[in-house]
Amino acid sequence: MADVVVEQGRLARAVSPRKKGASLRNVLGRKSTVAFFLTLPLILLITMLVLYPAFYSLYLATLNKAMTKFVGLGNFTFLFKRETFWMVVKQSCIFAITAVIFKALIGFIVAHFVHNIPGKKQRKWRGMLLVPWVIPPAMSTLAWLWLFDPSYSAFNYTLSFFGVGPIPWLGDTFWARFSVILVNVWYGAPFFLIMYLAALKSVPDQLYEAASIDGANWWQKIWHITLPMMRNIIAITTLFSLIVTFANFDIVRILTSGGPLDRTHLFATWAFQVGIQSSDIPLGACVSLFMVPILAVAAIFILRDVNKRGNEA
Amino acid sequence: MADVALRKVVKRYDDVEAVRGIDLDIADHEFIVLVGPSGCGKSTTLRMIAGLEDISDGDIMIGGDVVNDVPPKDRDIAMVFQNYALYPHMTVAENMSFGLRLKHYPKAEIKARVTEAARLLDITDLIDRKPKQLSGGQRQRVAMGRAIVRNPKVFLFDEPLSNLDAKLRVQMRIEIKKVHQKVRTTTVYVTHDQVEAMTLADRVVVMNKGRIEQIGTPNELYHKPATRFVAGFIGSPAMNFIPCRLEDVGGTVQIRLTDRIAFPLPPARAARYNALPRSEKLLLGIRPEHLTESHAHLEPGVETFDTVLDVTEPMGMETLVYFGLEGTPICGRVDPNAGAKDGAPMRLAMDLNNMHLLNDETGVVL
Repeated sequence: MADVVVEQGRLARAVSPRKKGASLRNVLGRKSTVAFFLTLPLILLITMLVLYPAFYSLYLATLNKAMTKFVGLGNFTFLFKRETFWMVVKQSCIFAITAVIFKALIGFIVAHFVHNIPGKKQRKWRGMLLVPWVIPPAMSTLAWLWLFDPSYSAFNYTLSFFGVGPIPWLGDTFWARFSVILVNVWYGAPFFLIMYLAALKSVPDQLYEAASIDGANWWQKIWHITLPMMRNIIAITTLFSLIVTFANFDIVRILTSGGPLDRTHLFATWAFQVGIQSSDIPLGACVSLFMVPILAVAAIFILRDVNKRGNEA
Repeated sequence: MADVALRKVVKRYDDVEAVRGIDLDIADHEFIVLVGPSGCGKSTTLRMIAGLEDISDGDIMIGGDVVNDVPPKDRDIAMVFQNYALYPHMTVAENMSFGLRLKHYPKAEIKARVTEAARLLDITDLIDRKPKQLSGGQRQRVAMGRAIVRNPKVFLFDEPLSNLDAKLRVQMRIEIKKVHQKVRTTTVYVTHDQVEAMTLADRVVVMNKGRIEQIGTPNELYHKPATRFVAGFIGSPAMNFIPCRLEDVGGTVQIRLTDRIAFPLPPARAARYNALPRSEKLLLGIRPEHLTESHAHLEPGVETFDTVLDVTEPMGMETLVYFGLEGTPICGRVDPNAGAKDGAPMRLAMDLNNMHLLNDETGVVL
């Protein structure tokens, strides 16, 4: 009897390491584990470049100017009391919404024209119209800066022939806001154009033919066929553009540096001024964090609508 | 409802003539089917009637009015497309009522018409669904419903059953016929399927290479084809064409198929073919159902010959047999109990009372 027990004990000891090895192999062999390891480099990259800075800015926002003391929500309450902050909120909203509306509108109209250009010519036009989007914005904005020069610019020179101007493109509040929006629209409209063009090409011609036979005119075709068929692309493009436009930095920084009198500052440029130029990094972090809730609300509304219609077509 | 007339209608794409001057009269209430192989110009013709393609030359008239320059929306027509072309973001009811809503019909009338069409097509339960939630057959019904609610002068169908499986196609074919019997709207239907054409049409228009080959009732086309193309296109399996010549032997006219096979022309046909020059290269056109197993008692005009079968295809109610006559592949239809086997010899009977003679060069049926 005793022999048998010893024998069983030996057996158990002998089997257990083999089991461990087998289970490790099982874990490593699982599809989910393989998938995890394959995506690990990306996860690490996102952690380093997105999550760490995000949490670090959250931490920074709770410190005092010298970054020596924890002040909790002190920076936020300080911001709420400053008029400039609310002006920046208003300006960012006006800038982003106006620019996105015009980009979408111009992109939609031009996409229709390009869509109706036959064959090879269409490729040429598509290429040419994409140029503003492929030039680095810092470079193209410099060119715009020269065009907007109050004394020697091409714009004011041309307008002088019509007895107009000179217009203080970057010196007056209205014209400065107009100018930064104009440059942003010029830079961003090709993105809408290319997205809408792709969407237009995916609408079957027979839907338009059916609508023609049903009695629709061109406007009714756009309203009842094109727009509903493009709704998801429009929503996603708008959301993406809203985020990018809201966080715009380079155009305003190069054209106006936020002036005149902070009247063209956006979140990003003001955060830069407060945080880097005025050496109050916690307050700068605090300003930049304000973009998150505003964009999150927009994203929730837009994506909820996209999900609702997702399975329609 | 209205009649439709095409006068010397031409459609050119750059240098290519897709439709080459066709004339066609479609009577009020008539169901006309345009049939032909891919690229024959049938869909282009339909699209020109719809106004979706411009006409290069000629006139199209609907209800006596020339509509060459009238846009589709003002032609008072309705069209059913091959891939249904339902608006994916609209419900079935919205799809069906779209045309009426654009024309600002009263809501009550729109509802009444949609309800009536849905009842007619048996889609009342689907009225609130989106097209994505429907099967192929249901989508096709909705597309028909969209056409019916507008009560147009003419219905146009562009290969509406091509996307359906074989069983559903037969079912929908019957549905379309029933609907036409109820609404009696003038209908132009395009298909490449000759079975659809034969079963649906009052008259069939066979098209080939942009021209009309023949217009006639299904029976006329089947029994009296005008050209080799029509004879070969209508009927499945297709008509056999065997090279032959006529010869005079002892005062009778014979039709010689091979060195060892020659048959006297049946009396019913002899008078018709007697005058043909003997040197003319001819084709004997004979349908598979007129090539059957031999019987002990044969009708006059039915001749027998021996052959060796290459392949047999048992179809249940009949067996198709394939063999060659001096290199020409031939198909026959025999009784499933006739003992036809692959590679086996068999005596077959050819019913020359139903034969056709064609000019080998022109393809015209003589």
